[in-house]
Amino acid sequence: MANKISDETIEYVGILAKLELSDTEKEQAKSDIERMLDYIDKLNELDTSDVEPLSHVFPVNNVFREDVVTNGDERARLLENAPAAKDGAFQVPKTVE
Amino acid sequence: MEIMELTALELGREIKKKEVSVREAAQAFLTRIAQTDKVLNSFVTVEEEQVLQRADEVQSALDGGASLGPLAGVPAAVKDNICTEGIKTTCSSRILYNFIPPYSAQAVLQMQKQGAVILGKTNMDEFAMGSTTETSAFGPTKNPWNTEHVPGGSSGGSCVAVAACEAPYALGSDTGGSIRQPSSFCGVTGLKPTYGTVSRYGLIAYGSSLDQIGPIAKDISDCAAILEMIASYDPKDSTSVKRADCDFTAALTDDVKGMRIGIPTDYFGEGLEEEVKQAVLQVAEVLRQKGAVVEEFPLSLVDYAIPAYYVIASAEASSNLARFDGVKYGYRASAYDGLHGMYKKSRSEGFGEEVKRRIMLGSFVLSSGYYDAYYLKALRTKALIRRAFDAAFEKYDVILAPASPGTAPKLGQSLGDPLKMYLGDIYTISANLAGLPGVSVPCRVDQNGLPIGVQMLGNCFMEKKIIRAAYAFEQARGRWQAPPQAQRKFEKETVSASADDMQRKEKEMRSASAKDVWKTEVKTVSASAGKAVD
Repeated sequence: MANKISDETIEYVGILAKLELSDTEKEQAKSDIERMLDYIDKLNELDTSDVEPLSHVFPVNNVFREDVVTNGDERARLLENAPAAKDGAFQVPKTVE
Repeated sequence: MEIMELTALELGREIKKKEVSVREAAQAFLTRIAQTDKVLNSFVTVEEEQVLQRADEVQSALDGGASLGPLAGVPAAVKDNICTEGIKTTCSSRILYNFIPPYSAQAVLQMQKQGAVILGKTNMDEFAMGSTTETSAFGPTKNPWNTEHVPGGSSGGSCVAVAACEAPYALGSDTGGSIRQPSSFCGVTGLKPTYGTVSRYGLIAYGSSLDQIGPIAKDISDCAAILEMIASYDPKDSTSVKRADCDFTAALTDDVKGMRIGIPTDYFGEGLEEEVKQAVLQVAEVLRQKGAVVEEFPLSLVDYAIPAYYVIASAEASSNLARFDGVKYGYRASAYDGLHGMYKKSRSEGFGEEVKRRIMLGSFVLSSGYYDAYYLKALRTKALIRRAFDAAFEKYDVILAPASPGTAPKLGQSLGDPLKMYLGDIYTISANLAGLPGVSVPCRVDQNGLPIGVQMLGNCFMEKKIIRAAYAFEQARGRWQAPPQAQRKFEKETVSASADDMQRKEKEMRSASAKDVWKTEVKTVSASAGKAVD
């Protein structure tokens, strides 16, 4: 079974992935995904109709704690890693007119 | 014996007896790294001054009578996806080229509590995505057994550091075999613990339901001691497991009498190199002679593990890596149009090819219309694989298998065909899907002079069984030798190639200094268009 990825699909996946791909990269991504899906389709050989999806190997429960602050103010340290900062905040391009 | 040849526990004992000072030990490895790393490229960051300062601190603590662990004062290397406060942590990616974590991973804190001295951060496949350490933005790491070959991956830098005596031990991470496979290729011992045993807090996430930090060392005794130190229940990791049986060194006994060992026949089919097969069977024979009961059995579902893995791991990666957007840390593109343009440009320029490939695949399998067919199907397959292992561990204590179908391939031969590279993970990937502990132990050298590792898998929480089997095998095998090249000092080897690598590394770093470029850009934009950018 050969999977086919359309131009619209790769465009859409690029938006979801927040990646900007050149035309060559888009073609490459199409053929990469098609090839992987052909391989992944092997899973269809398995009858899983009665099997529950297993997201974690052990039962995972919510871990609750009291909402108490235990760390100090690390604003300045965190901002040291920011590509751009201003007035104690992350600086980004203008988003609203 | 030279300091560099000692195991971590041996060096710890020398330090305790004051035969070797902590500074002397650290200095010995720093000198070694300075000699060898031009060729091997196993480290991304080594902060010499910090290392020596920390060494002196640990020495004072020891002199003051502090009760630290058996590895107090012993230097260690840490994979560059594990956060270290104040030390650059890059994931070998351009997108984190300058990230200095304001905090340390819990595993690192556990080490430091017991007096560890961190030597530096080791090279890896970008974001741990790869099996050769060739997808690193800082150039590939070389295998010390033969520098024309890859070290495996993704914890290639950590495994090479230990194999080439640049560090007595290292931390790696294993999402689909990233500790066990390079350990096999480099002739070192690497252990992936049961999921949830070591806190993932501060491990930069790839596939969160599969990721696990583990030790890489010269032998299983070291691995057991390191795991004892880093295993902890951590409220900061919601998948952390409370365990009462973390005294792993108690399992270091030469006794496998009556131990039931299963060899999956479906691991010995097409694609497995004959020499690797023989090596694994020989290990089985050694354990049988020591009183273990060895049997072959069909594990089933082996061919479904890789497709299920790549769906799940890519899906989780596409979500986890969404946080890299050029706002909070790391690389920001220098030219872009608006906020979304900045996200897209920064990510497209910051991530390498393999990472983008997996983010695209992951975004696709999670998108509406495909979610059920791919993502949920993979999770259902995972449940079946888990059941197959449950059935196997009803009959066996330990599953014995190859760690990889072959020994280390040559550099440059793997990335051209990603799917083929993925298939090389066939023997390691299931353990991550099922949460199992596994260890790779070097057992022999093939006719090309490259090491072969044997893998031992246990049921969840049964690390002690695989540690016991590994220890018993080691007793019969004897002390494992460092690669012949490591005896020499690497100085004469391919100097031109290494110079190229170093140049590229420096260039990468320079060209990626986006912080200043961005500021220039802001000025230009505001001046020309009169727009505010806040």
